[in-house]
Amino acid sequence: MTTSEKYVTAAYLVLLGALLVYLLIIALKVGRLERELTDLTRLAREKKDG
Amino acid sequence: MSTWSRNRNAALAIAATGLLVGGLALAFFWAPEDANQGFSQKIFYIHVPIALTAYACFAAGAWKALRLLWTRERRYDLESYTAIHMGVIFGLLTLVTGSIWAKVSWGQWWTWGERQLVLFLILFLFYSSYFMLRYSTDPGPRRERNSAVYALFGVVLIPVSFLAVRIAGTILHPTIFTHNGANLPGTMLVSFCVSLAGMLTLAATLYHVELAGKRIDASLRELRELLA
Amino acid sequence: MSGYAADVAALARKDLLLELRSRDTLPAMLLFVVSALTVFRFALPAGSSARAETGLLWIAIVFTALLGLGRAFAAEREEGALDGLVLAPCDRSAIWLGKTIGVTAFLVLAELVALPAFALFFHPLSWELVVAVALADVGIAAIGTLLAALAAASRARELLLPLMFLPLVVPVVIGGVGASVAVNPASFLGFLGLYDAVFVILCWASFEYVVTE
Repeated sequence: MTTSEKYVTAAYLVLLGALLVYLLIIALKVGRLERELTDLTRLAREKKDG
Repeated sequence: MSTWSRNRNAALAIAATGLLVGGLALAFFWAPEDANQGFSQKIFYIHVPIALTAYACFAAGAWKALRLLWTRERRYDLESYTAIHMGVIFGLLTLVTGSIWAKVSWGQWWTWGERQLVLFLILFLFYSSYFMLRYSTDPGPRRERNSAVYALFGVVLIPVSFLAVRIAGTILHPTIFTHNGANLPGTMLVSFCVSLAGMLTLAATLYHVELAGKRIDASLRELRELLA
Repeated sequence: MSGYAADVAALARKDLLLELRSRDTLPAMLLFVVSALTVFRFALPAGSSARAETGLLWIAIVFTALLGLGRAFAAEREEGALDGLVLAPCDRSAIWLGKTIGVTAFLVLAELVALPAFALFFHPLSWELVVAVALADVGIAAIGTLLAALAAASRARELLLPLMFLPLVVPVVIGGVGASVAVNPASFLGFLGLYDAVFVILCWASFEYVVTE
């Protein structure tokens, strides 16, 4: 690989990296939402029973 | 989420993938190598679409802000915020890819002679403060309106800074470097347009995903208050 | 229209009278700008160019303005008078205009000391520089007043104002420094005039939304 080829690859990898980071953030967020929703469902069920 | 918006998000994601991969293939295998810059000119097909997408996001954010002030409908607040959020991400990517291009073309990571980069630095700083303003104002109609006014300042700042950086280039930092963009050969132009369409679709997809996430957050908060 | 002008005049007069009585902003601005120029004198190695010195003058002006703007809504905030102003039977934009006139007056007064001090410490002034400073004052005061109102509504008041203010005044600094050092200052002065016009209109039109409850 020549130097310019390396830099071009780096530029495209930056975009890929950003998308992967975003995927990570979304994954964490979905996990948090799931936990929260489980918690709220439990709360609602207790309320209904009690 | 309605069926329509679920289908729309899927369609957007598929279109973004197709266009981006297509643009990449066209840029590398179809478009000729640039006579002056050689292979490094291929960064053009990713850097410029990202920059234009960032502008589009800022414009969308300002448009939603204007709608908020106009109609006082609260949903525009979250939409404006999400669009600006996307704009800042693409703005940061513009700075990074532009910096790489500067390094490979002129051997420096940063050059004040490159107007686009300087302009994006100003915009990045400006819109980062948008988040500071949002996070340090208590939620409510006042925060919505103040953020909207600030977002409107952004779209006015873009042309004004563009002009400022341009006239500064004539005196303060002599501009000797220009990227050829005006008279592209047909094959390059087509590859560029496909990449641009792909990047815009990608931004639209991310915008809808992020917006859905933020709306779910808000609904969950409301639900918790109702249950408490 | 005469009613609008009267409102603006009354609001601007109120600010100036308040300052005349309490004297807590203007003396601080004067002292700050002279101290800043003194510090800059020692920040520059001997034999620095006049261009670098002019650049530092612009930095001093921007930060002095920031100091004054941080106090622009202080009186209203401390006494909860901002809500009173909003309830007052006048056009909301008149509040902004009155405030901006007051801020511009403070800035001009501070520069009446700063510019001679600069000429004394560094090098003589050119007429282009004076015109550029006058033009810049209008834009700085217009934007600064609106941003100060935004910052006053937030929790991180003093912290937030410079963060929002500095990116917005980059064009002013470009225009101001350009007008002071360029061979043909006309285009830079024209740019400063354009900046003033654009942002004065924008601030005037949007201030209503910032203060409405």
